[in-house]
Amino acid sequence: MTMSKTLIRGARILGGQPQDVLIDGTAIAAVGTGLPADGATVVEADGLIALPGLVDLHTHLREPGREDAETVLTGTRAAARGGFTAVHAMANTFPVADTAGVVEQVWRLGRESGYCDVQPVGAVTVGLEGRQLAEIGAMAESAAAVRVFSDDGKCVDDAVIMRRALEYVKAFDGVVAQHAQEPRLTEGAQMNEGTVSGELGLTGWPAVAEESIIARDVLLAAHVGSRVHICHLSTAGSVEIVRWAKSKGWNVTAEVTPHHLLLTDELVRSYDPVYKVNPPLRTEADVTALREALADGTIDIVATDHAPHPHEDKDCEWARAAMGMVGLETALSVVQHTMVDTGLLDWAGVADRMSHRPAAIGRLAGHGRPVSAGEPANLVLVDPDYRGTVDPAGFASRSRNSPYAGRELPGRVVATFLRGKATVLDGKLT
Amino acid sequence: MKRHLISAADLTRDDAVLVLDTAEEMARVADRPIKKLPTLRGRTVVNLFYEDSTRTRISFEAAAKRLSADVINFSAKGSSVSKGESLKDTALTLEAMGADAVVIRHPSSGAPHRLATSGWIKGSVVNAGDGTHEHPTQALLDAFTVRRHLAGAADGGPVPHGAPAGDGTGRDLAGRRITIVGDVLHSRVARSNVLLLNTLGAHVTLVAPPTLVPIGVESWPCEVSYDLDAVLPGSDAVMMLRVQRERMNAAFFPTEREYARRYGLDAARMAALPEHAIVMHPGPMNRGMEITAEVADSERCTAVEQVANGVSIRMAVLYLQLGGALPADSPAAAAGAPTPARTEESE
Repeated sequence: MTMSKTLIRGARILGGQPQDVLIDGTAIAAVGTGLPADGATVVEADGLIALPGLVDLHTHLREPGREDAETVLTGTRAAARGGFTAVHAMANTFPVADTAGVVEQVWRLGRESGYCDVQPVGAVTVGLEGRQLAEIGAMAESAAAVRVFSDDGKCVDDAVIMRRALEYVKAFDGVVAQHAQEPRLTEGAQMNEGTVSGELGLTGWPAVAEESIIARDVLLAAHVGSRVHICHLSTAGSVEIVRWAKSKGWNVTAEVTPHHLLLTDELVRSYDPVYKVNPPLRTEADVTALREALADGTIDIVATDHAPHPHEDKDCEWARAAMGMVGLETALSVVQHTMVDTGLLDWAGVADRMSHRPAAIGRLAGHGRPVSAGEPANLVLVDPDYRGTVDPAGFASRSRNSPYAGRELPGRVVATFLRGKATVLDGKLT
Repeated sequence: MKRHLISAADLTRDDAVLVLDTAEEMARVADRPIKKLPTLRGRTVVNLFYEDSTRTRISFEAAAKRLSADVINFSAKGSSVSKGESLKDTALTLEAMGADAVVIRHPSSGAPHRLATSGWIKGSVVNAGDGTHEHPTQALLDAFTVRRHLAGAADGGPVPHGAPAGDGTGRDLAGRRITIVGDVLHSRVARSNVLLLNTLGAHVTLVAPPTLVPIGVESWPCEVSYDLDAVLPGSDAVMMLRVQRERMNAAFFPTEREYARRYGLDAARMAALPEHAIVMHPGPMNRGMEITAEVADSERCTAVEQVANGVSIRMAVLYLQLGGALPADSPAAAAGAPTPARTEESE
């Protein structure tokens, strides 16, 4: 069997000067200028940016249980189109990923798909109920080698359960990813609590419901000497708390979604449930604070919170609609639009926030590595000069609930390589 | 006027005055032995009610029938909705049946907006109350009641209590001071009233315990007070909102008694109002909670009159949306063409 070779010619690695990248088999064989093709398949990358394959710490693939919204196969195809080579599949499936059996099933489905590595997230508590710890150790030792644990969708609101989870995962260097939402303050909540919710008569989801949990959890993590990760941080106040915790040297990481970097609660005035998401879209001041925090590293990573829903769950009145937005296929464009084109982050910064750091938080080997010889050939080529209008009909995801439909966004993923194999070429799935 | 009536903010000052003036015309019909106009013959009005609201539904039903429209009542209970049918599918069904107007009451804020903007139906949508958002026809009937009492005299001033209703045709409510008291947070009546009364030139003050004032109220075109006694002497009308006893269980206030003491309207407080001031209530009243029986039954309380005015206002709204005028942006209106004749169906 001959190992396939690919020569990427003239790509700007992390936005630098054009260079060639030779992929031999599953690894990068050489990086330099004027590398000979020597029988390799040549990919012309003039004007394209080369980044390490993106890593998503927060993806809902819906399988098992809601295959009408997404499957591991359709979700990983969407991920590949978005430039991702690894995604973390959240645990709120049916059944919940709270046993070694379920996480191994998801992990195996990911391997069979071949489009993107799927690293399952394990539930913190049985059935996401918040009462009894799930068999976290069994999931960590399973074939899926789970390191990230989260009840995402629900908050681990019991302080004792949260403390124990933080302590328990220390045994295998795990991390608890908290969906910070004080449940009593958000009963029936429909949107950000503020001027707009008051006018629209929709029950408010106050910023304090997120911030109070984050404050508690960074203190708990410090107290027990463990690490905590904050999912989809959405408010300026949360940024302040994380900044303070980091200044103390505590082991706290945080993520922001692309939609919280761009969209605000003003969009809810349309009552169009495509804008319904949890945590909710916040205000312009929050958006500004989140962008600055991502730029200065207070927020470590961008994570999509890709949340597919079938059409009927969004084609209805607001209160009845499901929360969530698809995001895998637009994430990089939104980050370019909000962070790169605004001068807040360069392409090396994008690689850091969307590849290196999420892989590091998830303790994911083989991803988030430098683009250099000897490293696994997980790569994405991006055309930063492309301008296009988002059309969900062209998504690889099974769902279409994108808040960007009809919006012009920059950037396009031209090619994605997973361990040397092109999953996307010329912008199309292979 | 816009094709749909979703929010009181859809109405300009001139739109609102036109509705009130039209309602005066409609009120005169109610005084005739035969309370019926042929205006909407052959048009179909659907009352789509997802919440129990006998008062509002029969008010719209009476209004449509007095205009000779065919009325279909569709209530969620015992219908396809209770079998899980979506709003969209119900709307498509109504569209297939040829509804010219859909009057919708829904527990979800924004449901009428979705119905009007999602392309599910072509007819006009009238919001008959959506969640804790708006109830624009209630605000119109309240403004109508205020105008008759406070701007109904020949000189544009107030009409004495107990005298026949005045007629404020052509007037707005400039300079009138209206106080709205109670559960503003959960009140669609308050939201619509603040917008409409402001459009008509009135000064609005909201009075409530701080727990029942929405976050962001400082951006509303009104003032806010926590002290009812301080506001009453400067009020030309005081509108008492219904306060649900269940709110107590969510800690919005400690007890019914404390609520009644601090924010209820009793005879002593009514005496603090200016002589010409009226007391309003959208109903149904919680006697002993936000209003005492003595106040509710006094000649200054317009609660029953508001119900009667509700029919006139809803006649005016349906008339203006379906029969009285073409929407300004319609091709026929642009061409100056007359209203196209419709095939009249037998009843």
